[in-house]
Amino acid sequence: MNNIIGIFTSLLVPIILLVTLIYGKSKNVDLYDKFTEGARESLKIIFKIFPNLLAMMLAINIFSASGGLEILTDLLRPVLQYLSLPEDVFPLFILRPLSGSASLAYIKTIFDTAGPDSLSGLIASTIQGSTETTFYILAVYFGSINVKKFGYALPAGLAADFISFWAAVILVKLIFV
Amino acid sequence: MANEVFVMINPIWSGLIISGIIISFFTGNFQILTNTIIQTTHDCIDLCISLLGPMALWLGIMEIIKTAGLTNKMSEKIRPITKIIFPELKNFADAREAITVNLTANLLGMGNAATPLGIKAMEELQKINPKKSEATPAMCTLLILNTTGITFFPATMIALRSSAGSTRPAAIMITTFLATIISSISGLIIDRIFRYNRYRSYNE
Repeated sequence: MNNIIGIFTSLLVPIILLVTLIYGKSKNVDLYDKFTEGARESLKIIFKIFPNLLAMMLAINIFSASGGLEILTDLLRPVLQYLSLPEDVFPLFILRPLSGSASLAYIKTIFDTAGPDSLSGLIASTIQGSTETTFYILAVYFGSINVKKFGYALPAGLAADFISFWAAVILVKLIFV
Repeated sequence: MANEVFVMINPIWSGLIISGIIISFFTGNFQILTNTIIQTTHDCIDLCISLLGPMALWLGIMEIIKTAGLTNKMSEKIRPITKIIFPELKNFADAREAITVNLTANLLGMGNAATPLGIKAMEELQKINPKKSEATPAMCTLLILNTTGITFFPATMIALRSSAGSTRPAAIMITTFLATIISSISGLIIDRIFRYNRYRSYNE
């Protein structure tokens, strides 16, 4: 099963490229011109998102390096304590939407202390694999079009994240315990 | 308008930085702040550079299939679905096309393709946005679909587990897949709830 999916994912990119070129050729598309025209867009996009990305990364990294994240985790600990989950998974609920690299670093410490196949390890792996860094996506997507009022995207995104975290905890307990 | 949830980037951004710096005086972490700040600027450049390559590739491919008319066909195929999720895009084929391609990349698990294609879709939505500095409901929906995407193969996590000495690194595939299904469904439901509130507050 693993191997089949592994082979599929490793072949996906060349196959897409092949199909695109053959299909484009059959429709008389000027392949080289169109490819470079599209690729050139990427420079414009990076140009546009760089300042927003930098601003967001600065804010999150300053907050996390100052110890603010730990304080936030401690503040929310009583709330999360009601929910029966391993204590070392708590911080992930807060880290995951904010910073992909911080949550990954935290998961490595769970792996070192409890082990990757422990309950905490399995929950942490599932959380990391099944959710995205919501703040990053927000900064990149809205930053690229220079939108400053986020509508309902942030509360809705965070609510969906919270449900996914719970789903991960419950699923791991159902399947592995 | 009273019920509308407005989250603005400005107070969040300055709030995080100001509270972070003040907290660091109490926790004694202010010494590492300088380093963190400078390091972040380097990290950001690294991130942008590493995004640029795959982004160029996928936008190049996208331009070919778009010119060939394939994205148009794809978006007509899934029109019954987009009609429900994005009712306001009935007359905006370009935006629907871009969203279709972004969602397809997400479903195929191509993270580095989904992001540039998602940004493309956002640009299309921005073209038809009456207030350029505010996110439209369609933009919020697209964002939520992208943060709650389905994952078939959590490659990074499996590799990390394996290097940490796991005896069954791929065991999390099932839980991850099911968790993303739940998150996609709940994301859509939450989106509908927010939209419903917004719609109601407009009519009050």
